[in-house]
Amino acid sequence: MHSFAMLLDALSTHQGRTDKIELMCAYFRSTPDPERGWALAALTDGLPLRVPFRRVLTNLMSTRIDPVLYKLSRDYVGDTAETVALLWPEPTSGQSRVAVPSLAHIVATLADADAKRIEPLLADLLDRCDATERWALLKFIGGALRVGVSARLAKTALAMLGGCDVGEIEEVWHAIGAPYIDLFAWLEKAGPRPETTGVAVFRPLMLATPIEDQDWPNLQADAFAAEWKWDGIRVQIAATPREVRIFSRTGEDISPAFPEIAHAFGGRDVTTDGELLVMRDGVVAPFNDLQQRLNRKTVSAKLMQAHPAHVRLYDLLLRDGEDLRSRPFDQRRKRLEDWHAEAPPARTDLSEMIPFDSFDQLRTLHLDARAASIEGLMLKRRASPYLAGRPKGHWFKWKRTALTLDCVLMYAQRGAGKRSSLYSDYTFGVWRTGTVGERELVPVGKAYSGFTDVELKQLDAFIRSNTMASFGPVRQVQPALVLEVAFDAVQKSSRHKSGIAMRFPRIHRIRWDKPAAEADTLEGIEALL
Amino acid sequence: MQRPDTWLYPTPSGLFCAPGNFYIDPPRPTDRAVITHGHSDHARAGHGRVLATAETVAIMQVRYGAECAGAFHAVAYGETLNLGGVTVRLVPAGHILGSAQIVLEWGGARVVVSGDYKRAEDPTCRPYELVACDVFVTEATFALPVFRHGPVAEQIAKLIASMARFPTRTHLIGAYGLGKSQRVIKLVRQVGYDRPVYLHGAHAALTQLYQSLGQDFGDVRLVSEAAAADLAGALVMCPPSALGDRWSRRFGDAVTGFASGWMRVRGRARQSGIELPLVISDHADWPELIDTIVATGAEDIWVTHGRDDALVHHLGCLGRRARALALVGRDDEAD
Repeated sequence: MHSFAMLLDALSTHQGRTDKIELMCAYFRSTPDPERGWALAALTDGLPLRVPFRRVLTNLMSTRIDPVLYKLSRDYVGDTAETVALLWPEPTSGQSRVAVPSLAHIVATLADADAKRIEPLLADLLDRCDATERWALLKFIGGALRVGVSARLAKTALAMLGGCDVGEIEEVWHAIGAPYIDLFAWLEKAGPRPETTGVAVFRPLMLATPIEDQDWPNLQADAFAAEWKWDGIRVQIAATPREVRIFSRTGEDISPAFPEIAHAFGGRDVTTDGELLVMRDGVVAPFNDLQQRLNRKTVSAKLMQAHPAHVRLYDLLLRDGEDLRSRPFDQRRKRLEDWHAEAPPARTDLSEMIPFDSFDQLRTLHLDARAASIEGLMLKRRASPYLAGRPKGHWFKWKRTALTLDCVLMYAQRGAGKRSSLYSDYTFGVWRTGTVGERELVPVGKAYSGFTDVELKQLDAFIRSNTMASFGPVRQVQPALVLEVAFDAVQKSSRHKSGIAMRFPRIHRIRWDKPAAEADTLEGIEALL
Repeated sequence: MQRPDTWLYPTPSGLFCAPGNFYIDPPRPTDRAVITHGHSDHARAGHGRVLATAETVAIMQVRYGAECAGAFHAVAYGETLNLGGVTVRLVPAGHILGSAQIVLEWGGARVVVSGDYKRAEDPTCRPYELVACDVFVTEATFALPVFRHGPVAEQIAKLIASMARFPTRTHLIGAYGLGKSQRVIKLVRQVGYDRPVYLHGAHAALTQLYQSLGQDFGDVRLVSEAAAADLAGALVMCPPSALGDRWSRRFGDAVTGFASGWMRVRGRARQSGIELPLVISDHADWPELIDTIVATGAEDIWVTHGRDDALVHHLGCLGRRARALALVGRDDEAD
């Protein structure tokens, strides 16, 4: 596991996406099976190992170090696993070092171990590692790497290794498992493509591009279908007679968080595309309600009842083994309607088609689309096949005009990579009346896009010469600069001090001319709720 | 034996040796100062008379000007002096070029004031020499058992490997400008790295001083005199504060590194956005501190700047009398 430890070490400090991909690709290329497969499992959060080691570690340390020194160290380092990795006694110099354990050995040792045996087994593994390896070992068995790598990014590195598209990896991903010997053989042209028959696998999604002013002259109204763009999350439901899986836009399997949807598709043989929403009595709830159900490994009956999930379907990719993706949208839509009419799964309906004669007519509708759960309109070319990725000219998202507010820059933080010498992440706030009637700024959002490189340098210079205080990498700046912030919506949020959260905030304009005192107020934002 | 704390004790002006009437590393101007080494939290300008090694005197003159003290008295390592009846000797501390422990004898007792020290090998300075004593005054910068710096060769290998992996990106390494920067350059030369090494302007004068005192760093150049194309993929040494400074923008998408003992703790590297943490320290790590203190045979240990709580506790468990000595003006974050 030495090379795995070196990889994690580099991934944990390198911020850039391309760096991370290169580091992983180089690792996969130079590391043999099954070691690299277990590493891949850890990077994609698919390791069947989750050792609850906090208590085990505390026990192990109690016989190895003075408790006062342990506590002082733990307080300084701030992380139990890292503290243990750093404090664990090194083998004494006379002792010859036993071979570093392989990842396969670690999995084999701990996966089925009796709870009582974990302590001595883990101690033995730690004895065979150096400090970086111990840190990596504890991350590996703890199940949460936290090195800034998503499953999708790891798959992108695999695609680089195999010289293929990441979509091809995604299509086989859910048919294979650790340590992924077949996958690597296929990517290195030493074996066949892994078999996916009967398995609910992810098919890369077709994505839309934002519509631009210059697009309109090239579009004919009768060549397009229109639907509402709902503010939920995009999901693909893949059902085979054997299993049902719900995939997020990036191919992550989120089925465990939505068992009622999986249940509704039980026994069917289809792959559908749609919008996951929370719906109560036929009314779509705001995105914030859906958020309560996301990023969970399990879900309680109570939460399912309070936040019932629903899928609004808009496309059919496969049915009973027949791949419909090469057919035009109109035909797929017809097949979707026929299939749904036969026996609609519970908790589903179809995305409504909006009839229109001209884009002007649609524009009128579009401007009225202020319902909380509608983000805008989708335009889909009737003749287009279902194409993976974001092909130009087929699907357009026509978001309703962004809202804007004048906010005051409050804090700034340096970026990463090319932006590491520039203050490029901005926290901004609006005015409100404090408890004793004074005017104060309250933070309402954070943005790090929407400005040009020239503006970034100007902002950086402003921050450096208007710093009031520094907290580690964060600078508090004089409340003197107004940023016009664009965003898609505001929602109530108990997680934010201001009580509201913005969706997709970005810097729209820098108002060098506007006095900070004339920026917007919290009451003004609340009126948009 | 006269109890040493009756004649050597902290005052607002610094650690004071009463019979000798001098201060050791005083943080404010005094008539007579004995200086352990040239780092700015130990060596300050404005003293009447300064006693230090010839290298430390030269470093102070480069940093603060030739007239930064009324008079300089350069002494050789091992030379014995008598200051008001106190026998004073300077012994190598292994910290940076010219660094010395101050060995004091008076009233039948021997006290060693370590200044900053390390036991690990360093090609830019004389190695630490152990002196048996009754009282050992130790630093405690890295006095937590999580600090074990490990072999420096591994860290240099990590730097070389990163330059091979990202051959077009400048490697911008933050390092303290006196001692650390020169040590890193020397270490990469020792493993055969022979391309030019570029310096931030703030590192230039002291590196030149090292060269004039006989250190060979190979081809060393200034960033300000380099063409942009030469800097792609090059190794550049700079002060840690320059990493996040506007100065660093000229390198584009550089790999940023920091050579410091603090880099042993990952959070410290991550907080400051360091991509290439290099655990290279000029201070003793925890095992070195304990081994050294025990080996001096001192019955009493006075702990100066750093993490005195863990060290005082642990020495107590080892049956030594240890106490924290609060000295003003020490910068425990500097390395």
